[in-house]
Amino acid sequence: MRRAAGILLALAALTLPLWIANAYFLHVVIMAGIFGVLASSLNLLLGYTGQLSLGHAAFFGIGAYASALLTLRWEWSFWLALPAAVLAAGIAGWAIGRLALKLRGAYFVLVTISFAGVIALISINWMDLTNGPLGLPGVPAPELGPWSLRTKSAYYYLVLAAVALAYEVCRRLVDSRIGRAFVALRENEALAESVGVDGTRYLVLAAVVSAGLAGLAGSLYAHYTRFVSPEVFLFTYTVTMVIMVVAGGKGTLAGPLVGAVLFTVLPEALRAATSWQWQMLAYGLILVVLVFFLPRGIVPTFFR
Amino acid sequence: MTLSVRDLTVQFGGVAALGGVSFDVRPGSITSLIGPNGAGKTTAFNAITGYLRPSRGRVSYGDAVLTFQKTSVFPTLSVLDNVLTGLHLRGRAEVWSVLAARRRVRAEESALRREAETIVAFVGLAHRRRDVASALPYGEQRLVELGVALAARPSILLLDEPAAGMTGAEKDVIGGLIRSIRDRGVTVLLVEHDMRVVMGLSDTVIVLDHGAVIAEGTPAVVQSHPDVIRAYLGTGRAED
Repeated sequence: MRRAAGILLALAALTLPLWIANAYFLHVVIMAGIFGVLASSLNLLLGYTGQLSLGHAAFFGIGAYASALLTLRWEWSFWLALPAAVLAAGIAGWAIGRLALKLRGAYFVLVTISFAGVIALISINWMDLTNGPLGLPGVPAPELGPWSLRTKSAYYYLVLAAVALAYEVCRRLVDSRIGRAFVALRENEALAESVGVDGTRYLVLAAVVSAGLAGLAGSLYAHYTRFVSPEVFLFTYTVTMVIMVVAGGKGTLAGPLVGAVLFTVLPEALRAATSWQWQMLAYGLILVVLVFFLPRGIVPTFFR
Repeated sequence: MTLSVRDLTVQFGGVAALGGVSFDVRPGSITSLIGPNGAGKTTAFNAITGYLRPSRGRVSYGDAVLTFQKTSVFPTLSVLDNVLTGLHLRGRAEVWSVLAARRRVRAEESALRREAETIVAFVGLAHRRRDVASALPYGEQRLVELGVALAARPSILLLDEPAAGMTGAEKDVIGGLIRSIRDRGVTVLLVEHDMRVVMGLSDTVIVLDHGAVIAEGTPAVVQSHPDVIRAYLGTGRAED
């Protein structure tokens, strides 16, 4: 039953551009995919290790800027800039992890918020490199041999591949002794360490993989919107990610993806349905109702 | 290997909770440390496991370093996953092999899962293997703790009041289990209040009173020892 549903879902995803002709709808789906990668990355930290990164937009922004700068300034191919963006964000995740995860909990939250603030300030003030608040326009669309991935349909498949990759990376980690170590640290750190789980090492590992995946999402975002500005570091991005993870179901693989689709489509649907004054009110109400009635999130409530 | 405790002294300020306690725990035996309230049992236990730093004395177990394992469960994990987590150090897969070398990792996972299943069956929780640990009754949660401890393949197991808070039937189950653990060659040192459990289970009983060893021997010898009777009851039999 579950396998059949999975096959149907995969078929639907693979043929989606054929039955969604509207470019706007496809744009929403692409953004949902990019947020899906981002939410999955945050879920690795928040859902599995229990550590809340409130500066996750920093890793997303580092990925976006790294990829944009490498392709614009040094004319790297997108296919080299993409892994470089993952690496740059991963290195930032390692540094933050080493610095903050020895302390855990509230200290980690504070350090991640501060880190995002510092990175945002650098992006605004280092004019020579980042062009400051004006941002970096003209980020090139990826090319694959003779084909440009400029069209929404083509980019959709690139994002779909990234979602599949992020999902598979998370699944392989979670289904292994590494994933069990993550969960053990979230559940009972003292017991976890007494059975041989090196807390700091595994939390740093989670931070590196999580930041790397956020960098992947950042790179995809930069080459899709073709423009990067300090707005990628906005706190609202992080808040949106947290909402996606918590509402979808933290600590599950599908939860962040469900949350990403729901909370990318919802603002767009509300925009079409009502005036802007009511949009935020309706958004907030839906969020409160979700948290109140489905405190464990959508996926754990309906699919377990 | 023999667990050897020599001249173990623990002082809290001016109060000597343990005053130069010495004893040996024979390999492959069940040895119980008993005594009335305030006798120093838990202090001795904590000093032996290294959780408490003794003021004086030495605890040796061959060349091995004793590691202290917290006894509790991972509450939202299943019984099987609790034991699998206890097997963490038995796995070798690191991040690159987890991401890239799937065949090797799958083989390792299957082996670990088989071992976890065996341990879960050994502690009598095969029928509960998929249940979330925190949803189990207290007695069964303690069996999960034992399963997690056994996953480390210990040669010695130090248990602090394993039967505390259990019903009579649960005490019989855990008693039988501790005997089976001993029969597998694991040395067991118990600190326990329940005299029925201690006398029915132990090969050797060491009695502490006011931070000193007042008697040591088989349950029958200790039960009839005049100092033990005096420590527990003043007069009469040494019953709890």
